[in-house]
Amino acid sequence: MQKDDERLVHSRGEEFLQVFKKGAEFTQELLRENERLRFRLLELEKSQGPGEAMPEAELKKLSERIADLEQEKQEILDRIRHVEEENQDFAARYLEIEDENNNLANLYIASYQLHSTLDFKEVLQIITEIIINLIGAEEFAIMLLDEKSDELQAVSTEGIERSEIPSFRLGKGTIGTVAESGESHFASDFESYERDFSAPMVCIPLKIKEHVIGVLAIYKLLMQKKEFAAVDYELFTLLAGHAATAIFSSRLYSDSERKLSTIQGFIDLLTK
Amino acid sequence: MSDYNVLIVEDSPTMRQLIAFALKRIRGVRIVEANDGVDGLKKLSSERFDLILTDINMPIMDGLKLVSLVRNDANYKSIPIVVITTEGAQEDRERALALGANDYITKPIQPTKILDVAKNLLRIV
Repeated sequence: MQKDDERLVHSRGEEFLQVFKKGAEFTQELLRENERLRFRLLELEKSQGPGEAMPEAELKKLSERIADLEQEKQEILDRIRHVEEENQDFAARYLEIEDENNNLANLYIASYQLHSTLDFKEVLQIITEIIINLIGAEEFAIMLLDEKSDELQAVSTEGIERSEIPSFRLGKGTIGTVAESGESHFASDFESYERDFSAPMVCIPLKIKEHVIGVLAIYKLLMQKKEFAAVDYELFTLLAGHAATAIFSSRLYSDSERKLSTIQGFIDLLTK
Repeated sequence: MSDYNVLIVEDSPTMRQLIAFALKRIRGVRIVEANDGVDGLKKLSSERFDLILTDINMPIMDGLKLVSLVRNDANYKSIPIVVITTEGAQEDRERALALGANDYITKPIQPTKILDVAKNLLRIV
């Protein structure tokens, strides 16, 4: 769809360029014709000699021809102006599509990488890479919900020691509330935000449908990252769903692998 | 036969994929990936490259060491180098440029910026 749009924009651009070129050629032709007529007029005036008037009919015909050409020239100029305006609109639209294309590529690559492994540690590493490289966060924690104790605990951190992050009860404080409600939290003013482990700058629930399995808490952005762009919010939405699924699947896989090896151990013991 | 050979030195597969995506808009580009500075040097010795894009923070050998080694090697010193990093401080930028990097891009990654810088260094109009 995106490629079709780009192709359409490109082909429309080509068409307008052709019209523009034809218009320029036609204007040149008109100017030459105008010049030729003026020259002819001068020649006629000369050939008539002083005091000899040009025939009325001839003069009228030439004047009409000049008026027609002037009108055509004006129409061509108007058309060129219109085409130029349209070209500018298409150029702006092309840039928008280019941006959208880049954003979609970022989202696609993030999603592709998240589901490229079933190793729990690798999944956490990929989430960390996405948050640093695509969102531009410097200090953050990935916290998972222990459904037995209803507590959220950090399983991976960047820029801060994992031991520094306390555990939070479901429903308590900013982190607990985000985990309970499934609604993201964004601090009202990023510039004046001061690090508080219980109230992060950004807190995104990691959820599979409506089931929250943890949160992503961001405490500091990279120094060159001053604010979030529209694509960042799309990345947060993607992380909320895809990261949760990737974490959940990898944990399930690790558990089943562990159980399988235990069962295999028993079988080996019994059959020996 | 490719028109431009580009080497991406980056330890994160996600980042390598993102950078490669941005560069693939250049017609005739061929991309070779390396995991760190040592791997990058190994790949450099195996073929001719027109551009190197490197991260700074990498295991085994970081990007700044790679920039320094490339600039001091008669065989590679003319290859343009772009540093792509999370380090946004002015002194980090100045350090990389002083070592011989041609350009310095900070993360979060912006494909358009990478493409513009690469085109400029590859002299593509």
